[in-house]
Order: sequence, then structure tokens, then C-alpha cells
Amino acid sequence: MRHLLSAADLDLASATSILDVAEEMQQVQSRPVKKLPALRGRTVVNIFFEDSTRTRTSFEIAGKWLSADTINVSAKGSSVSKGESLRDTMLTLDAMGVDAFVIRHPSSGAAQQVAGWVKAQVINAGDGQHEHPTQALLDAYSMRHHFRSLLAERDEAPSPGSGTEFQGKKIAIVGDLLHSRVVRSNVLLQRTLGGEVVLVAPPTLLPPGVETWSCPVTSDFDAALAEADIVMMLRVQRERMAGGFFPTEREYVEGYGLTEARLAAMKPGAAICHPGPMNRGVEISSAAADAANSLVLDQVAGGVAVRMSVLYHLLGSDIGATQ
Amino acid sequence: MTTSSGLLILGASLADGTRTDLYVSNGVLADPASAASDVERIDADGLLALPGLVDLHTHLRQPGREDAETIASGTAAAARGGYTCVHAMANTDPVTDTAEAAEYVQSLGERDGHCQVRVVGAVTRGLGGTELAELGLMAASSAGVRMFSDDGLCVDDSLMMRRALTYVKSFDGVVAQHAQDSRLAGASACCHESEYSGLLGLPGWPSQAESVIVARDVQLAELTGSRLHVCYVSTAESVDVVRWAKARGIQVTAEVAPHHLLLDTPLVSGYDTTFKVNPPLRTCEHIEAVRAALADGTIDSVGTDHAPHARQDKDHPFDVALPGMVGLEQALAVVVEVMVNTGRMDWPTLVDRMSAAPARIGRVAGQGRPLDVGEPANLVLVDPSARAVVDGAASASRGRNNPYHGLDLPDPVVTTIWKGAVTYRR
Repeated sequence: MRHLLSAADLDLASATSILDVAEEMQQVQSRPVKKLPALRGRTVVNIFFEDSTRTRTSFEIAGKWLSADTINVSAKGSSVSKGESLRDTMLTLDAMGVDAFVIRHPSSGAAQQVAGWVKAQVINAGDGQHEHPTQALLDAYSMRHHFRSLLAERDEAPSPGSGTEFQGKKIAIVGDLLHSRVVRSNVLLQRTLGGEVVLVAPPTLLPPGVETWSCPVTSDFDAALAEADIVMMLRVQRERMAGGFFPTEREYVEGYGLTEARLAAMKPGAAICHPGPMNRGVEISSAAADAANSLVLDQVAGGVAVRMSVLYHLLGSDIGATQ
Repeated sequence: MTTSSGLLILGASLADGTRTDLYVSNGVLADPASAASDVERIDADGLLALPGLVDLHTHLRQPGREDAETIASGTAAAARGGYTCVHAMANTDPVTDTAEAAEYVQSLGERDGHCQVRVVGAVTRGLGGTELAELGLMAASSAGVRMFSDDGLCVDDSLMMRRALTYVKSFDGVVAQHAQDSRLAGASACCHESEYSGLLGLPGWPSQAESVIVARDVQLAELTGSRLHVCYVSTAESVDVVRWAKARGIQVTAEVAPHHLLLDTPLVSGYDTTFKVNPPLRTCEHIEAVRAALADGTIDSVGTDHAPHARQDKDHPFDVALPGMVGLEQALAVVVEVMVNTGRMDWPTLVDRMSAAPARIGRVAGQGRPLDVGEPANLVLVDPSARAVVDGAASASRGRNNPYHGLDLPDPVVTTIWKGAVTYRR
């Protein structure tokens, strides 16, 4: 694999390998010295054309723990206003001998365009309303942990062939699906991993053509909730109200918020995910955010391990050479 | 360049299949029997002789963006495409919204043009949508403007559109509307709203954002009794509205761009900004609708929307890059491929849609005329069976945003003659 631009770039073997290696990487996080020499001498530029705290930080930590030289470039609002094209900006940095770009951009497709221009490898850290493949991977990583811990509680060993944990699991993704890059990557990745995604949103926040995504779509959160093994809540931005996507926050919460009442109605063993940042009191109540079955902080912790694994798979000399 | 010394074209076929000789002398078609024995001869055996093509929708970028295109380079591309007349859209810098600006473009066309350049005036001052441009003065100027358009932008305001339609009546003007509801398809809209826009995460441009404006405008044309021209109809819904309006006797004409006849939405899946155009590339049901409408005359004409851009204006993210693609050199090829070679349209109908009808709509005397003795010698010799792989880099246009690059298409244009002079020869 040369680039990671879309969750659709991953087949079952490579996705599972990334998740498995992430487990090993997470061991490193509990050591006093969290450093592996795997990417020594490699240069990774995190170029973020859009604000991001957790994704940028977790990529930076992931690169550093793998001994890569990690450089952050904040290019917010840059090129167009300066009169420089995205292509020129990226070719300039590429000419400095970068091994990989981790790119976040407010425009859909930017990572794919950049991959066509530069010599370096490209990891999509979120492009507009298109995709965020490492987020889907860390979501899967947290879900898999959760499914495995449920098996352990019941004294059942995880099935030996890893990669089957998602079979038959129902994952409800709830909220602003229209503007979400997280949902697109999750749908594509779960198509590979075998989870059954159910999409829940008000009709105004459904992407055009969602009926072709081969997942059930509903506006009945309560019905979906009753079946879900994972409830993934997406951030809903207040400015969507001004856009007429829904009338009031109150009405949104009533229909699509993970309220305390809905928390209580969740199926036993079901867990909560949220890619963050959370709007407490809007799409997720504080009770749900901080509940025992909330995976929110596990997602963040797993985020570093998954991004270490992604960097290792793309840039690591031994694995990278064979794939 | 051959000049008025004469040119004898031997054995050409007219659009209706009649075989004939044509004698070009002093800028007009003369009786071949009167040709002197030493005039230059062109063997046109196997070639069709058609009236020179007329484009109602051309962006020549001069004045203002001479790095993207000039009147010289754009009209050279027009000549290569078989055109003898183009209409220079008003969205230049400065905007063509005064008599002086119109006369300036007109003078550049007369000085540099490889074909006739007709000036399109803006509908509103500075394309701002709030005050009328100097429509009457532009009409009365030496440019003799008859077509007015804020192309690139829609005249949003219903009352402004009504006033413009009413105002141009006194000089037989026509308002050419870029139909785009700015709320349904805002400035960021860049992909036909469909499963593709949903998957690609690109802001959607629903087909109804076009047709609701067309529906409003045909009713305003009825109210005012004025002439409306709908630019680049790209959707099945707009076709239905235009068909309804014509059946009602409303004075509406329409055009389709060549790219909307051939290219479809999935081409933007790689985020290649060459394929970003406004209105966007549509899906197959819309392509089928505009093809059928061009064949049955609901759509009167082909307008290229030739829109060259400098590379740096395309090397941006998809939603930021400028929309538009070149089209003058491949327009005839596209129409031959999708309409004639498929049997949907015969050559006389093609001549109507690409020459006679646009000349009528733009009120261009001396263009789109039959190739009869005494008529102006504006014509194109066409090889109906030649094909070639398009090389966008070989264009006469300065634009390299050619969506047909690499496609195997007809390569019909052999020779173009404007006012009796050869402007392109393969």
C-alpha cells in the first residue's frame, strides 16, 4: 500500500493487519520509554489546512514514538489567499525530501489530488466531507476491543482467525451524515470488516444517494438503538440550524440525541462511540459521554496506536516493501 | 493565407448530399463557372461543405485574463473547430457593461479575430445583479449588441430579470440566462447532486436548481413578450420546461454545451478539476434528455461554453478550482459522434443547430446562411469519417483544461473559411 486515501483502499487482510499491529503498538504506550526505532530517519510532515487538535496531535505522537522526524505545518487559510495553488504548496514541501504527508484539508478530494502530484506517500487525515480513514480504523479498533472484552467476560476465547469479530454486529451511526467524513469511511471499512451499519439521521442530513450505500437508513433512532451493538454519535454543528437542516436544538435532541433515557434503553453490552469533539447536551448527554460503556477515551488512546500502525504499514521498511 | 484572389472548391457535398463546386471570390460565393483557370483549387471529394459554425457562448478572457486566453488565441481555436463566428461573453475584467467596453471588444475582434467576434453585453452593471447595464447604448454602439448575459452568474432577482427582458424588446435583444438558483446551488456547488456527490462529499448541484430558474424565466418571457435564451441546458427537467414553453408559444430558445452531450458525472470521481464545470456534468438520464431535445429542436443550438483557464486556477482543491473547460475545437466532433454517427440527427439538422439557429438567435447577419451564390463565404469543409485521439496540448487555445484529451473522437474539420479567407487548414 502506497497511500491511505480512503477506507476503501483496505482489503480485509490489510485492515486486520493494521488493527493487529495497533495492539502491539498499544503495548508500547504502557512502557516507561515509549519509543520504537522503526521509522528512524524517515520524515513525516503533518500538513493541516484545517484546525484539528486530536488528529494532528495523535499523528505527531505516533510518528515520534516510531522515531520518525515529525514536522507539523499549519497551513490554514494559506495557499489560495496567498495566490499559491495547492499543487505548488505541496510540490514545494515535496521537493524538500519528505517521505510522507499526513494531510487534513477542508476540501473533499484534496488528499487524492495531492497523492497524484507528489513523490511522497500520502495519508488522508480527513478531507472535507469525504473521508477520514484513520478515524474509521481507530473506531474499529475500539469496537474490536470492546467485543473481545465481552467475550472474555463470558469466558469465551476470541475466534482464532481475527477479523471475524464484526460479523453480525450492528453499528448505528447517528447524526449529521451529510457533512460527515467519518461516516463515509466507517461505512466503507465496515463493508470490508463485516459489521452491519445502520444510518440514523433526520432526512435533511442524509447524503444524496445514501440508498445506494447498501446500509439500512432510518429516522427512527429508538428502533435502531434497540438493536445496536455500537451506537456511534456524530457531532452536529449548531450552524446547521441556520441552514434549515433542523428547527431547534431541542427538537434535534428529542429525535436524535443520545439522552439519558436512550442510554438506559441500550441493549446490554452495547457501547457508545463518538469521534469528537462532543457537543455535550446536544447529540450526546453527559451521562452517555461519561457512561461505563462509553468508548470515547478508548478511541483517543487507540487513535495513537492505530496511527502508529498505519505509519508503520506505509513507511516501515520491511512491511512496506512487501506490500 | 488565401485572400480575395479566389478559391475553387471542387466536388464537395452539401449537408443535404447534393454534390457541388463552390467558388469563393471577394468574400462571397460566386458562380464556379466564372472562376479564372489559375485560381487555387481544393479537391473536396468526399468532404462536406457546411456553413461556418456559430457559437453563442464563448469565453475569450480578453480583456483581463490574457494569460488564460486572448481574442487571437480563442478565435484561432474557433477556426480550428470550424467556427466563423463566436459570441464573446461579458464576464471579462472589466465587464462588458458599457458601450465603450463593447466597442473595445468589438475592435479587438476586428483586429485580432480569426473569425467574427460578436459582443455579448452584461445584463446588470458589473454582473452585480442589482442595476441594469447600459443595454440600449451597447445595442446602439458600433458593436451592435443584441445578446445580453450575466453568464457565470444567474440574474437572481425576478424583478431585475423582468425589467431586462422588457427593456431589450425595443431593439430586438435577447437575454441569455445562466440558470442557477443561488440557494439550491450556491457558489460552492460543484458536483451534480446524486449518489456521486454523496460519496465524494462534494457540495451538490441539484438539477432542479437549474429548472426552477428556467421555469420562472419562461413565464417572465411570456409576461413581457420578450426573447429569452437559456444557456447550457443540462437537465431533463429544464428540457421539459422549455418544451412546455415552446408549445405555449413563448419566445424561448435554448442551447446545450458539447460536454453535457458526452461527459458524465462519474468523471469527477478522481477529483480532476478539468472536469469541474458549471452547470456540472450530469448523469446519463440527463445526457439522454438533452440529446433527444437537441435532435427534436426543443434545444435550438449548441453553445460551446468554451472556458479556458490558466493552470494555476485549476490546481486547487475541487471545490475551489475555477469551473469551466475548453470546447471550441471539439464541439463539432462531439456532436458528430453522439448525434450524427448514432443516427439521431442528419447533417442538415446539425447545420441548423450549430450555424443557422445560433445566427438567428444572435441576430448575426451573414452567418448561418445557405451556401448559395451571392452569400458570404463563411464555410467549413468537413471530413465526416476522419477520427483522431484528442491531444489537449496541441490546441490553439491557451487553455489546457480539455476534458476530451485522450479520447478517440471524430476529427472532422479540414478547412475553415471566413469572409472568403482560409482561417484554418489541416
